[in-house]
Amino acid sequence: MTGEHREGVTGLPNPRGEVSGMAKFGVLVFPGTNCEIDVLRVLRDLLHQDAELVWYEERDLERYDAVILPGGFSYGDYLRAGAMARWTPVIEAVYAAAEKGRLILGICNGFQILTEAGLLPGALQRNRHLRYVCGWTHVRVERTDTPFTSAYRKGQVLRIPISHGEGNFYADPDALAEIEKRGQVLLRYATPDGQLTETANPNGSLHHIAGIMNKAGNVMGLMPHPERACEAVLGSEDGCGIFASMIHYLTKGRVFHVG
Amino acid sequence: MRYKAEVRVTLRRDVLDPQGSAVEGALRAMGFDGVERVRVGKWIELWLEAPSPADAQSQAEEMARRLLANPVLETYQLTLKEAGDDR
Repeated sequence: MTGEHREGVTGLPNPRGEVSGMAKFGVLVFPGTNCEIDVLRVLRDLLHQDAELVWYEERDLERYDAVILPGGFSYGDYLRAGAMARWTPVIEAVYAAAEKGRLILGICNGFQILTEAGLLPGALQRNRHLRYVCGWTHVRVERTDTPFTSAYRKGQVLRIPISHGEGNFYADPDALAEIEKRGQVLLRYATPDGQLTETANPNGSLHHIAGIMNKAGNVMGLMPHPERACEAVLGSEDGCGIFASMIHYLTKGRVFHVG
Repeated sequence: MRYKAEVRVTLRRDVLDPQGSAVEGALRAMGFDGVERVRVGKWIELWLEAPSPADAQSQAEEMARRLLANPVLETYQLTLKEAGDDR
């Protein structure tokens, strides 16, 4: 993509997110969304991007290079998490943006909304142990040749917090095999040294899935909150690479391919 | 005509039901040793206006299919009856 206000990225973003290009982000707000300000803080203050909040009644997202569905409890998580937000007017515009190849990122409740909308496969079920889980987790980066993960190394383990009651990824065996075959899994819950042990899986997700993308590779959903792990003072900067990868893709038109 | 639809939403057979397992454990702990398996679902009642039973049925089906149940995890059963003044 091109734009007169954009400059080239001078180097690889590190997890601190040192990027110099500028893209335009729309951050969606549904009734009950509560992580939108955290996402804005990262995009505007840390990464110096053009970002604004978009109310769920908006029908046109044409002006955004990327759309982020932040976490929260849209519609109180009633019926099923994300079920009612999925039928709001802005989702039609999200379909249109996805169709045009814009980047769409769903975080936590945003991930749930994207699966309910059918933009991502599978579903997020109640956590296996029924507890709401809130704390630090480690996730292993499975692919780096995508618009969302190119700032990382393959196999890198990220320390990013989770906070959810319904994050237990489920897909039927055929769908799951298809997801794996196509390499749609981008993040898996792991130990700090990257092992997929039972205790490293906080919610019972099949195949330890913490984040996936669609077949086309421009829509990603993840349960961990990368926006809460972008500043050392908050305990980790590992989440910043997701946003930095997106910015690099949007301003340079390609992914990093750093291995 | 007013109709009442009752929609029973249950998890698909092959989907683990953590809530059902918790209830199952509690029932066993209470001494109900014969309990083999518990599944927890949702029961939704809704009232609607429609010109005919067939129309009411198809509206309710569409509501269940699009919103009330998530086909990835759940199935539903729908029953419909004339509601009269029943609320």
